[in-house]
Amino acid sequence: MTTHSAKNLRSPLSEARGLGSSKYGTEHWWHQRLTAIALVPLTIWFVIAVISHLGADHAQFTAWLKGSPLSAILLILTAGVTFHHAQGGMQVVIEDYVHVEWQKLAGIIAVKFLCYALAAACIFAVLKISFGA
Amino acid sequence: MANGSSRPLSPHLQVYRFQWTMALSITHRITGVGLVLGTLLLTWWLVAAAAGPEAFAKAQKFIGSGMGLLLLFGWTWALFYHLGNGIRHLVWDAGYALDLKNAELGAYIVAGASLGLTILAWIVGLAVW
Ligand code: HEM
Repeated sequence: MTTHSAKNLRSPLSEARGLGSSKYGTEHWWHQRLTAIALVPLTIWFVIAVISHLGADHAQFTAWLKGSPLSAILLILTAGVTFHHAQGGMQVVIEDYVHVEWQKLAGIIAVKFLCYALAAACIFAVLKISFGA
Repeated sequence: MANGSSRPLSPHLQVYRFQWTMALSITHRITGVGLVLGTLLLTWWLVAAAAGPEAFAKAQKFIGSGMGLLLLFGWTWALFYHLGNGIRHLVWDAGYALDLKNAELGAYIVAGASLGLTILAWIVGLAVW
């Protein structure tokens, strides 16, 4: 049992929570790793897919996504996981550099909203093409 | 202590001797933020393709312009660097290569591989364009 002395800087409640100076647990860290692992194969596929469609005209490009549901699914996964990883990563960057509470919150909210909006736009675009617009 | 409590202070960057691993660390962050900006182009590209031939032609024209190619080249390197260094992070998270020698070895591998893969991707890319 630890005694609560002047050298021990944590309150008994903070010690019981076991979260250090954090306001929450390991979820954020875990999500950043989970998305990072998923992004390794996804981005390698994405780079190859982009290279093989460089300079494609509209008909060729849309034919690709219409003809290959697997490519459409991988593209949706790439976009979704990328934006999830991006909003989590940007949150950490903002938390590290912005120290006025309202500005920090405003920044995090703005970045997250932007990421979710861009993710929705990307996914909708791929679906629209592959379902034959 | 300078902060008036007995809490430990984090080391000040200004008095830290420069080490290559520091440069790689901050570059991971810079490439991460740069890649987030790059998602704007990705979104434009996909939305333009969904919108129709004219919008797509406009996006493809920008990508093929001098400015577009420069941005794309930067993002290619940023992606390969962040990918390589991200794997380095995941190896650390698994508990490996945490000693100084391997941290430095990883730094050289990531720096070299990111440059090599960027050049390779552009050679292949320009050949098939
Ligand atoms: C290619 C596969 C990728 C892998 C393996 C990867 C891996 C990682 C890892 C492990 C971290 C945490 C680093 C740390 O704890 O300091 C991270 C941070 C980050 N990543 Fe990625 N990432 C990838 C792709 C991307 C993409 C495509 C974007 C942007 C759209 C991105 C944006 C970020 C940002 C903004 C951070 C936060 C940087 C920081 O805290 O310093 N990453 N990435």
